[in-house]
Amino acid sequence: MRVFRPLAALATAALLLTAACSSSAHQGSTAQGFSPPKIQMQQTLGQGEGTVNIVAWAGYVEYGQDNKSVDWVTPFTQQTGCKVNVKVAGTSDEMVALMKTGQYDTVSASGDATLRLIAGGDAAPVNTGLVPNYATIYPSLKMQPWNSVDGVAYGIPHGRGANLLMYNTDKVSPAPTSWSAVFDTHSPYAGHLTAYDDPIYLADAALYLMKTQPALGIRNPYALTPAQLAQAVALLKTQKKSISSYWNDYTKAQASFDSGDYWLGTTWEVIQQAVAADGKVKTAAILPAEGATGWSDTWMVSAHAQHPNCAYEWMNYIVSPSVNAQVAEYFGEAPANSQACSSIKDNPNFCTDYHAADESWWRNVYYWNTPTRSCVDGSGKDDCTDYAQWVTAWNEIKS
Amino acid sequence: MPSPVRRLAGALHRRPGLRLAALLCAPMAWLTLAYLGSLTVLLLSAFWTTNDFTSNIEYVWNTANFTQLVSDPLYRAVALRTLAIAVGVTVLDAVLALPMAFYLARVARSATRRLLLVAVTTPLWAGYLVKVYAWWVLLSHGGVLDWLGGTPGFGVPAVVVTLAYLWLPYMLLPLYAALAQLPASYLEASADLGARPWATLRTVVLPIVKPALLAGSVFTFSLSLGDYLTVQIVGGTTQMIGNVIADNVTLNLPLAAAVSCVPVLLVVGYLLAVRRTGALESL
Repeated sequence: MRVFRPLAALATAALLLTAACSSSAHQGSTAQGFSPPKIQMQQTLGQGEGTVNIVAWAGYVEYGQDNKSVDWVTPFTQQTGCKVNVKVAGTSDEMVALMKTGQYDTVSASGDATLRLIAGGDAAPVNTGLVPNYATIYPSLKMQPWNSVDGVAYGIPHGRGANLLMYNTDKVSPAPTSWSAVFDTHSPYAGHLTAYDDPIYLADAALYLMKTQPALGIRNPYALTPAQLAQAVALLKTQKKSISSYWNDYTKAQASFDSGDYWLGTTWEVIQQAVAADGKVKTAAILPAEGATGWSDTWMVSAHAQHPNCAYEWMNYIVSPSVNAQVAEYFGEAPANSQACSSIKDNPNFCTDYHAADESWWRNVYYWNTPTRSCVDGSGKDDCTDYAQWVTAWNEIKS
Repeated sequence: MPSPVRRLAGALHRRPGLRLAALLCAPMAWLTLAYLGSLTVLLLSAFWTTNDFTSNIEYVWNTANFTQLVSDPLYRAVALRTLAIAVGVTVLDAVLALPMAFYLARVARSATRRLLLVAVTTPLWAGYLVKVYAWWVLLSHGGVLDWLGGTPGFGVPAVVVTLAYLWLPYMLLPLYAALAQLPASYLEASADLGARPWATLRTVVLPIVKPALLAGSVFTFSLSLGDYLTVQIVGGTTQMIGNVIADNVTLNLPLAAAVSCVPVLLVVGYLLAVRRTGALESL
């Protein structure tokens, strides 16, 4: 029994630790959705703290690490005196987890993460008055369900993109025009399909069902009742038989299209551009007849920010017309600043290609939104499935 | 009057117990605090839950994660698949390694043997990811296997083959050591008594190498059980326990901790079963 005594001591120590931690308050979700924890909005902009810690998608915070000429961090540091530390996150879930550590000041969150950050008390309301460049952001991106709650802004829109349908033009013929190409039970391309590896991909299936089976009564791909979610799950379980593998790392998707493992599937514009640049296979990316899911990213300030002033400086800087244009062109997305397009000199077609100002094109794009129990379709009902149920459903599909 | 250092040396010389304690206290502290301590905290965290929506950890003692683990068919399916893959890898490695080890130990001349042993251990010098991505290239459409007539594509067979490749040296080297120690007189006696090669293998060789085989299987089995990168790269849409843990570790650490008890239990169970055969004593 002597062996077990140190173990027991350890267990006691761990329990004491637990007790010490459990006093920290947390805000839960209520039946009608959630009420964000009361967090003070910053009122005035003070002196920069000399540092800002950022969580971002790859490509959003470049300091010349991959390419000397791609660097928008150095000019920022020169202008503001704020040194930038960046942590690149691979998925929205990772972003949420990183922001929970309280070590970061600002994050480029997508719409499937934003509400979770707000409800978890990790993101603070943003005083858009302290961000002069907010004035020139496209109005259609402001005060949306994924970046505001009850009329309070929680971030600055950064850019947007659609989850398009990409296909290998040599292998896939005739050219697809509908998402049925990836949801067809008897796909001639079985074994060469791919799909995005994330619970939010359920929305792609829901969007397809919404357009092809109106009887199910889906009005918004992010507002699904348990029965509607079950239909999406069934569709994706059937689809899984034709999937080569799922991707969540865009370089993996790029490599698999290059090698010929993937012929057809969901993509981001940046992947299609990269595959085109590799020149190994010919591909095209389309917005299918049903429309597509998409994302509109938001720069948010952490509720635990140690360097809030530098965070505000960063948000204002990164959405300024010329920097927003550089990031958009480098990453392959539509800029959020309405004046960004005039800053793009080398590629006159860029903004047309990415439909930067073409609001009618974006009407068919359903931006990622965190599913909550209160339906995000504006119906006021609260019988919808929340993100946790989507995670469970996605695990069930993949298992 | 001797110096303090000399006195200390003298004391240590006279008292072997003290010597041993001084030698062992640092590694023992490391083992209990850093290793067992972190494992205990991990296990304890499995008794908390997270908020469904915000993913904030709720420090309320409960067994919901374990209930979910047992009742949800999802985890059972993944656990059984992982177990089957680990067993498959172990069997495949044993089947591949036995003739190879026999050739190395009993047939090959010493120069050839040295060359082959180097060849067998060479893969250990390359990084894990390099080897798995090499298999990704081999198995992908338009890859080498495709040219040679056909690839099984990505899925469970690809995972078993890749893992079997990765862990083969861990099976082969113990077998080689056991077979090299096998006295030639045993084989000659068996032949003299009229046994055919198959009977000799069954009644003489296998019982003697059984401990080595089991020791090797501990490596291949437990390494396969915990793997999640290989299946992520060449598994297609397949998932193993490691993937479920990795998927949950960022946002639902308590559930991930509960799931990680499954491979721990499986490995402990396997080790206990192997221990009963006495194979671990020869390690």
